[in-house]
Amino acid sequence: MPPAMPSVPNRILLAAAVALLPGATVLPASAVADPLKIGFVSTLSGPSAPLGVHMRDGFQLAVKELGGKLGGQPVEVIVVDDELKPDVAVTKVRALLDRDKVDLVAGVVFSNVMMAIQKPVLESETFLISGNAGPSPLAGKGCSPFFFSASYQNDQNHEVMGKYAQDKGYKRVVLMTPNYQAGKDSMAGFKRHFKGEVVEEIFTQLGQLDFSAELAKIAAANPDALFTFMPGGMGVNLTKQFAQAGLAGKVPFLSAFTVDETTLPATQDAAVGLLSGAEWAPSIDTPENKAFVAAYEKEYGVVPSLYAAQGYDAAKLIDGALRQAGGKVSDKQAFRKALAAAPFKSVRGTFAFNTNGFPIQDFYVVKAVKRPDGKFATAVETKVFEKAKDAYAGDCKLK
Amino acid sequence: MAQSVPTPRRAAGVRLALHPAVVGVLGFAAALAIAHAGGSVYGATLVARTALLALAAVSLSFLIGQAGLVSFGHAAPLGIGAYVVLIAGEYGVTEMLVVLPLGFAAAALFSVATGAVALRTRGVYFIMITLAFAQMIYYVAASLSAFGGDDGMAIAARSTLFGLRLLKSDTGLAMLAVALLGLALFGLDRLIASRYGLMLRAGRANEAKLQALGLDPYRHRLIALAIGGGLAGVAGVLLANQVEYVSPATMNWHVSGELIVMVVLGGTGRLAGAVLGAVAVTLLDETLGHFTEHWKLGLGLVIVAVVLLRGADLKALLRGGAA
Amino acid sequence: MTTALFVSQLLNGLQLGVILFLVAAGLTLVFGVMDFINLAHGVQYMLGAYLVAVLTAWTGSFAAGLLLGLVGALVLGFVLEVLVFRHLTRRDHLEQVLGTFGVILIVTELVRILFGSAPLAFPTPAVFAGSVTLLPGLNYPVWRLVILVVGLAVAVLLWYLVNRTRLGMLVRAGSTHPETVSALGVDIDRLFLVVFAFGAMLAGLAGAMAGPLVSVEPTMGDRILIVAFVVVVIGGIGSIKGAFVSALVVGLVDTLGRAFAPDLLKVLVGKSAAAAAGPALSSMLIYLLMAVVLSVRPSGLFGGRSA
Repeated sequence: MPPAMPSVPNRILLAAAVALLPGATVLPASAVADPLKIGFVSTLSGPSAPLGVHMRDGFQLAVKELGGKLGGQPVEVIVVDDELKPDVAVTKVRALLDRDKVDLVAGVVFSNVMMAIQKPVLESETFLISGNAGPSPLAGKGCSPFFFSASYQNDQNHEVMGKYAQDKGYKRVVLMTPNYQAGKDSMAGFKRHFKGEVVEEIFTQLGQLDFSAELAKIAAANPDALFTFMPGGMGVNLTKQFAQAGLAGKVPFLSAFTVDETTLPATQDAAVGLLSGAEWAPSIDTPENKAFVAAYEKEYGVVPSLYAAQGYDAAKLIDGALRQAGGKVSDKQAFRKALAAAPFKSVRGTFAFNTNGFPIQDFYVVKAVKRPDGKFATAVETKVFEKAKDAYAGDCKLK
Repeated sequence: MAQSVPTPRRAAGVRLALHPAVVGVLGFAAALAIAHAGGSVYGATLVARTALLALAAVSLSFLIGQAGLVSFGHAAPLGIGAYVVLIAGEYGVTEMLVVLPLGFAAAALFSVATGAVALRTRGVYFIMITLAFAQMIYYVAASLSAFGGDDGMAIAARSTLFGLRLLKSDTGLAMLAVALLGLALFGLDRLIASRYGLMLRAGRANEAKLQALGLDPYRHRLIALAIGGGLAGVAGVLLANQVEYVSPATMNWHVSGELIVMVVLGGTGRLAGAVLGAVAVTLLDETLGHFTEHWKLGLGLVIVAVVLLRGADLKALLRGGAA
Repeated sequence: MTTALFVSQLLNGLQLGVILFLVAAGLTLVFGVMDFINLAHGVQYMLGAYLVAVLTAWTGSFAAGLLLGLVGALVLGFVLEVLVFRHLTRRDHLEQVLGTFGVILIVTELVRILFGSAPLAFPTPAVFAGSVTLLPGLNYPVWRLVILVVGLAVAVLLWYLVNRTRLGMLVRAGSTHPETVSALGVDIDRLFLVVFAFGAMLAGLAGAMAGPLVSVEPTMGDRILIVAFVVVVIGGIGSIKGAFVSALVVGLVDTLGRAFAPDLLKVLVGKSAAAAAGPALSSMLIYLLMAVVLSVRPSGLFGGRSA
């Protein structure tokens, strides 16, 4: 080999290093952003993907209905998959902020992803509209003028079930959640309004497949009700096994984010009659909601879940605020004011923002039913909270 | 292999200039400079991330390629390095010059402690026992509720360097990551060329012979695990700084798998191969993700194609095609 | 603790064990006969569940769906072997890991494109729905009993195949003395094809058995794969007997650990410490078990050869 030539691997190495550049320089800073750019962060791979798919589809449906525009402005929605890994999410969000120069960031299904990305987004004074995750730090001490939630605060749907159990007069309840922060928060939320006896708190492995050991324990404890929080695939596993163990109909099944339209197509009859806490259900009887549910089913062939409704509302919220702020995000004061006024018709009916950027809204107990057309969906059973605020707003210093 | 063939005499300067460490550093530095000139902040982010992943991959490549120790738990020392940043930060220690050695030491300690048991096994059993230890530390991290439990936690602030906030920008962090990668490549290369490196490779090839000579491959391998693990810890320290968030997800077996993919994709024979693999995986992730939601399909096809083509006798294929 | 609770947890552990055995059996055979690490084995488990779910819905009968699905799993096993795996058999272990990892990505994504990310419906076959009373106070789901019976039947069948047939003799010989077998004039490639496709079908059967219990979605194979590897390694690579014993042990340790470890800890270290450590400990029990077994017996319980 002639001494002057680098050996082959070295040349490839150099070429590969240089190849890093296109990604870095594709969009010069001077590019005038004609359309409004929205970075949409969602979980689109792995076992939790159905949630992220619903949220994204809901958002995209609203944008489509508005003719590819929000607030009269043409928009470009850049969807990224956070893979449910905080470090991946942060890197991709940096790309949205620094390279794509997005005007807004929206979406985010999971709280750990939200907590990881909120720092770079909010520090750059970019507005962040949550389509699902509502971790307590962002509602309380760590609240930000640039953060708005089109969903709920994490504790609330659990509180709903606690209140419901209390109102029903249940005395002995077993709680079961995965062993992670959201699970512990869920139990705390449930216990905020439930004053009876908690017979047992069962923590399971995240992503657990087999619940036979836990179900046997529950059957042995013979409680007045079971409260559980098993999002995604875990909820499917639990629901199927709960029915097989013959517990359905014997032990009331109270849940949050366990029985919804992302899991019902898989659990079907096994889930019918199970209860869940939610701020929305397809059965809510407003013209906006009826239109949304029909359009979503027509577009995607499945019944929308609350994730879809929240994604849809997030887009409508941005649309309304942009209209009010004259189509511009750049005047941050004005845009914040416009967002805070929540100038849109939510599919949930009443919707206003509290000072911390979280909604003031109604909460329901919903029940899984088989609709006359054979599809499975949740339907409002009873309203539990009216115009509810979250428990952390008092710690937020924003006015 | 370069070491075994007597190299024709070359000017020492030329040899140094062609050293993979130098080429690698120059490549990354050029990318960083162009990104900087183009005003791209994200370019720096990408260089920092690629360089630190390359460092983790290189440390694994040292274990796999030189010592013959296929660890399927390399995410563990990586994550330990990241947790050192988080935990030290909670106690007010944020100086890089303290955190880096601490990260190295903690990760090396873990690797030695688990390695002492794992080295009793060979081959696939070694692969699986390293996975087992990594899973255990993963569950330990997920149960640390003071440090965010399964969700993880944001670090208090990025580390300082010499007490200055030189790493606040991604450019600063990228420069540090590239420099450390270069140092690691250079240092490991020296080590491989040394008597110790020879012994490691000899132990991989023929253990019995080495033992007959009264040499102890166990001790050599343990040292290799300490070095490989420690360097992964350093990469973890950088990772925590790049993301400013630490979570058990870093220790998941998927991450160990991805590191193996980087190393094997680039070729296990040379350390530089791991750098190539890391660059390739990051770039594929970066570019394919823009085109389609189903970018993993593309990644899978590339991987399978590389493996199949590398195995095929290309000359025979060409002859067959011409005939 | 009542007897009924303990017995039901015991059954739960055994039932998880036989599912793991169905997955691990194919893995350990392929491993043993061809010295081939197949990460894509979990994908075959997933494909089995998908095939049976889709075909059951299409034919309207679980029996027909299962039969067609198993044939489908067998055929897909053949196809994958011919397309990819046979080109990897004589390669380095790491190249096999990389190649089969690539296959996981491709197949998982293809399934996602075809069926979406959402889990598929896989109801319990009507005949086996509900539960039966085994002991006073012990109602046990029928489907879990079916799994137990099927798993044990497959174990017996495998024992017969491996120990009493010519094919089994070759497989046993192939796992210990591959050179001798090929010297005998046996086409080792064809042997591998058969073993591989058969293993794929067993994994598919496991997927079909687990389908009514778990969420049938594209990544369902990932988690079972790692546990199956744990089973194979504890049992000793290439040993069917080892896989069977170790699958049952892992199933029991995991289930009983989840059921009783938190309570046991409460007695030992107090309630608050137990609440913090219990779930983490029961999650890592099987890995602890593997580490202990390998540190005492570096080639697993029944492994002769260190692969």
